[in-house]
Amino acid sequence: MATGIRDKVAILGMGCSKFGERWDASPEDLMVESYVEAMEDAGIEPNQLDAAWFSHHIDDIGAGKGGTPMSIALRLPNIAVTRVENYCASGSEAFRGAVYAVAAGAADIAIAVGMEKLKDTGFGGLSPTNYGTLTPQIGPSGSAPGNFAQLASAYRAKHGVSAEDLKRAIAHVSVKSHANGAKNPKAHLQKEVTEEQVLNAPMIAEPLGLFDCCGVSDGAAAAIVTTPEIAKSLGKDNLISVKALQLAVSNGLENQHNSWDGSYFHTVRVAAKKAYAEAGITKPREQVSMMEVHDCFSVTELVTMEDLFISDEGNAVKDVMDGFYDADGKVPCQIDGGLKCFGHPIGASGLRMLYEMYLQLQGKAGARQLSNPSIGLTHNLGGQPANNVCSIAIIGALDA
Amino acid sequence: MSDVGISSIAGYLPRLRLSKKTVSSANSWLAPNLVGKGKGTRSMANWDEDSVTMAVEAVRRILGGDDDRSHVDTLFFASTTMPFVDRLNSGIMRAALTLEEETQCIDISSTLKSGTSALIQAIDKVKSGNSNYSIVSAADKRKTRSASSQELDFGDGSVAIAVDTKNLIAKYINSSSLSIDFVDHFRGPGEEFDYNWEERWVRDEGYLKIVPKAIKDLFTKANISGSDIDHFILPSVFPRVDQMIAKKCDINPENVAGNLAQSVGDTGSAHSLLMFASVLEKAKPGEKILICGFGGGSDVLLFEATDNIKNFKPQQTIENLLETGVEENNYMKFLTFNDTVKWERGMRGEQDRKTALTTLYRHNDAIMGLVGGKCSKTGTIQYPASPISVSPNSPELNTQEPYKFAEKKAKILSWSADYLSFSVNPPNHYGVVDFEEGGRIMVDFTDIEKGDIDSGMQVKMVFRVKIVDEQRGFTRYFWKAIPV
Repeated sequence: MATGIRDKVAILGMGCSKFGERWDASPEDLMVESYVEAMEDAGIEPNQLDAAWFSHHIDDIGAGKGGTPMSIALRLPNIAVTRVENYCASGSEAFRGAVYAVAAGAADIAIAVGMEKLKDTGFGGLSPTNYGTLTPQIGPSGSAPGNFAQLASAYRAKHGVSAEDLKRAIAHVSVKSHANGAKNPKAHLQKEVTEEQVLNAPMIAEPLGLFDCCGVSDGAAAAIVTTPEIAKSLGKDNLISVKALQLAVSNGLENQHNSWDGSYFHTVRVAAKKAYAEAGITKPREQVSMMEVHDCFSVTELVTMEDLFISDEGNAVKDVMDGFYDADGKVPCQIDGGLKCFGHPIGASGLRMLYEMYLQLQGKAGARQLSNPSIGLTHNLGGQPANNVCSIAIIGALDA
Repeated sequence: MSDVGISSIAGYLPRLRLSKKTVSSANSWLAPNLVGKGKGTRSMANWDEDSVTMAVEAVRRILGGDDDRSHVDTLFFASTTMPFVDRLNSGIMRAALTLEEETQCIDISSTLKSGTSALIQAIDKVKSGNSNYSIVSAADKRKTRSASSQELDFGDGSVAIAVDTKNLIAKYINSSSLSIDFVDHFRGPGEEFDYNWEERWVRDEGYLKIVPKAIKDLFTKANISGSDIDHFILPSVFPRVDQMIAKKCDINPENVAGNLAQSVGDTGSAHSLLMFASVLEKAKPGEKILICGFGGGSDVLLFEATDNIKNFKPQQTIENLLETGVEENNYMKFLTFNDTVKWERGMRGEQDRKTALTTLYRHNDAIMGLVGGKCSKTGTIQYPASPISVSPNSPELNTQEPYKFAEKKAKILSWSADYLSFSVNPPNHYGVVDFEEGGRIMVDFTDIEKGDIDSGMQVKMVFRVKIVDEQRGFTRYFWKAIPV
């Protein structure tokens, strides 16, 4: 029986670039920005790094394939650099690789860097992706918003929610994230919006309007991990440790079997149960202090609240409207602005979520600091509702 | 020797009917001579329809929902607008219709009388015993220049006919054919549009001389006269030319069949046979029907309705097709659908659309015929089939048996109307549909307007163009869902 990852690995340092339309910054610039901050935070030299993981989703733009873009940009001392890609959950994959290497004893100190340079594509949103040679011949020629928007029609049909009520609830999700993002100097979008603005924005994919969709950004984030013992030997105290790391991947059931009703994420429920068990959490609604979830679209965040077992099934609309996930609510969600406003440079996003939890747990989140959070959860999703990968990480104070 | 004839016939018209007034008004500054033609409608194919998809739809209407289609041994496809110059177009149809591989598939093209010529060929084949059951299909979707009279005269549509020896609704009597190199119009290689010669010459030297000669040949062969004809079918875009020919051949002018000019327009290769379908819906036992086709000469066929005609109940009558059309008043949509204007497709329209032909062949039944799999152990139905069944907790290996989805009804589970992704007809509607016997597919929806669909709504599947790879001239097909 696996003992799990709980408290076996600590975060030594983290860094995150400014996210946004970084017209002036190259992929290398973004990586260096996050790396330098993380290395200064960790207080180590490059030759203390034993292994590296690099997450990057779209290789035909940005930095290219393989581990070399990271090794060259950061002038790493010829250590192992493994490039990982798992849709939009790539950043969490890089973190998982580094954490597992440390936990296995294969590395004393490992680094994960995620980076995406989306604003060199010329597209307003994400550029179309290729999915092999069969899928384009049988799948709809859709987009990310069109795929995620389908949650709304299925959720409404299942729970009997009116189109207006759901639209208003997902609008609140975005209003909340904009309010949070306005306090984050590294966020792509730092402007508050009103519910009216969200409701009246141009339609992207029914029922998702412009403000229901996350920012498409350039950015990078980095994490350096080690064992708690080594961290202490390096003079660190008040350590933040990894409590759980879980990844659940669709096996085609949602896409092909009638048992899935289209209104929720099957993988999130699987990963959440395992993550709570690994972290020793029995009452997530009470025990989780804060969350960064994969709010690629407002409706994704809404149904995810149920899939993470924070809101009861069918109750997310009410919890959202009650302000349960607002900055002053019981479980603040997207306190850094989320994908919605911090932005979504794909390969970096999972690490960016962890960066915010790490800052909050150390009391270093500035104007958006929550009072005494002890457990932070990140939920990083890749793919689309019917076919996806879900990564959940839980971190907290080593002794929590 | 047993009789040969028609056991079933079905037409298909695209959902939209373009208002001719909309067209003639938009072009009146440029082509005031066409203002008088601005009456009624013409059928207008969706952007994702071509002659092959329309013909497939017509054939489906005579085959019905039965999975077993092994009785079809020959398939003819007649058109002047086949999507491929070199790729068996009727072979595409065979794959879509899941006919047996042994079905002989024959394309007949290069003339507007290809429909009647195909019918004569099918009759000969069945008559000679070389076929027990042949299907003749004909369709055209002719591109026309903006502000041309053809734009107002033509229509898009298809028809399918079962040529058989049993359960005949119309018995074949005789036929005659003339092949004459009379060039009233032509379309050279690579040309999008027809080039037309003067209308009066086409009428007087072409229709009024060639067709009566072919009719008289037939009358002599069949030993009948014009007064024996109860229904006279002659498609022509020229007003009253059918009446003039009837008069020349001693056919009662009252027996001239309606040519659907003000509702559908001339559907090219399909039109004689489409009019035949319409006539058969009203014909009485014993009535004689004369069908003419014109183009590079003329074909003339004579049929006699049998007693079975009283029981002829098409899945959808031509009359109903006419009634259920939706008037389209957006001329720009017609031009865009037909790609006759240069329009901004955006960056998402730039994506390389190369089709992996190896993959297409490896998954031919799945892609073209919408054939999935049914697990022989658990009964789980899925699309597409896979080496390991999708059944939860029962990952059976190599248990998939072919399962046909195309004729099964389904309900919408989830959907969206997407304005971001590239579409010729935005918003791009797609979603997950659950089939009544099991199985699901995420598909595009077509033939709908914004607000037409919702979760729980019943849909059926149609064979359509998925994308056109303009860089390489390849049309990719797949199945889409439309509301029932």
